[in-house]
Amino acid sequence: MTLSTKNILGTRELTKNDIQQILDTADSFKEISTRAIKKVPTLRGKTIINLFFEPSTRTRTSFEIAGKRLSADVINISGATSSAVKGENLIDTARNLEAMNPDILVVRHDCSGAVELLSQFVSSPIINAGDGSHEHPSQALLDLLTIRSHKGNLKGLSVAIVGDINHSRVVRSNIRAMQTMGMKVRVVGPPPLIPVEMKRLGVEVSYNLIETIKDVDVIMVLRVQLERQSQGLLSSLREYSNYFCLTSETLAQARDDVLIIHPGPVNRGIEISLDVMRSPRSLILNQVTNGVAVRMALFYLLLGENNANPN
Amino acid sequence: MSSTLLNSKDISRAVSRISHEILERNHGANNIALVGIRTRGAVLSKRLRERIKEIENVTAAHGVLDITLYRDDLAGGNRKPELKKTEIPFALEGKHIILCDDVLFTGRTIRAAIDALMDFGRPSSVQLAVLIDRGHRELPIRPDYVGKNIPAAKSKRVQVLLTEEDGEDGVVIQEPSN
Repeated sequence: MTLSTKNILGTRELTKNDIQQILDTADSFKEISTRAIKKVPTLRGKTIINLFFEPSTRTRTSFEIAGKRLSADVINISGATSSAVKGENLIDTARNLEAMNPDILVVRHDCSGAVELLSQFVSSPIINAGDGSHEHPSQALLDLLTIRSHKGNLKGLSVAIVGDINHSRVVRSNIRAMQTMGMKVRVVGPPPLIPVEMKRLGVEVSYNLIETIKDVDVIMVLRVQLERQSQGLLSSLREYSNYFCLTSETLAQARDDVLIIHPGPVNRGIEISLDVMRSPRSLILNQVTNGVAVRMALFYLLLGENNANPN
Repeated sequence: MSSTLLNSKDISRAVSRISHEILERNHGANNIALVGIRTRGAVLSKRLRERIKEIENVTAAHGVLDITLYRDDLAGGNRKPELKKTEIPFALEGKHIILCDDVLFTGRTIRAAIDALMDFGRPSSVQLAVLIDRGHRELPIRPDYVGKNIPAAKSKRVQVLLTEEDGEDGVVIQEPSN
């Protein structure tokens, strides 16, 4: 097994074979997190640096736990406590970290393209843990793993993505990965939050929630990114909720076996109602569990081991 | 060039004998668990379990180990062996574990398997059953149950074929291909 890429910058660079390998490997890793001793020695002596210039609970913790369950040493650096506040630029920070010989860098940054830029200046493998509104590949992969675990396969499934398409890196990563795996994607949300380029990606665009979710296999609800709403694209949260909140009433129009996912964190009552969030069709916590397995798979496949030994 | 050392009947007899030896040594099948190392060790462990059930009418606990994550030949490199699932659906405490593999060679796989096993708990004992012992150990490991000893030159390839994986039963020895 081998990935076609040295870095995980986005799902755009991943082939179907790559995605399949990552999901299969992640599937095997799930079991480790259910053991009494949740640790295997595979990445003993490897160093992983989590470099996060943007707040995160889930993703950072997930990468940290994934590294630790594989016995790697994980170092967390957050933007607020790094030399960035003293004015050091991103590339210098990364180069200095690299001078300490880490084996892998996991980077989150609020600028789109920042992680790819970094990858040109450092030689260790880099995983993009979210850059601006560009890509968040590990999230897309864990979404696919969650869907595949429940549906058996991915090919031919249809997905409706609901909400703030414009600011969402999760959407961009998911659209590419889902299309690579032969899934059909539609997006729905208020017109100002859906970029016109969506149609160019081969995605169906709609502005009516019920029409869109009626016959899909999966509904992905997005968080309304309150911190990115300074341009006045949304008139009010209340209006947004009236039209696009996934409630048990709207859900009644969807298929009985529809799966509901959400990348978190959830704004309860704004994009999804509490009862839907807690319904058995909602796989939100499942996604979080799968996130650890997917990140273990990424570390394993990017670092891991080589060649088979006899017998 | 290859020659067959054991045919399907030979393998079946070896499995029967090992089953009896396991039962004799452990005074029955009540406290034992068979754990196979993927891929062919797992097949072998299932056969032993079936045979033991025929003899004693007891279904022994059963598990499967993938030792990939415990191997000692880790390095950079980009090619990874495919990782499959490990399934140990019982508590190890108080059990005599019969670790099963097809070929015992350097002993490194068994070392990895013992490490993997210990991460699941503290068994009463771990015993090793192999279909073929071909020598050339690199670690202080010895089998408790052996189907057949085949002292083969280190350069030769000893291959166990099992119907469940390979479509037929047999043990063949091959000259190195180049």
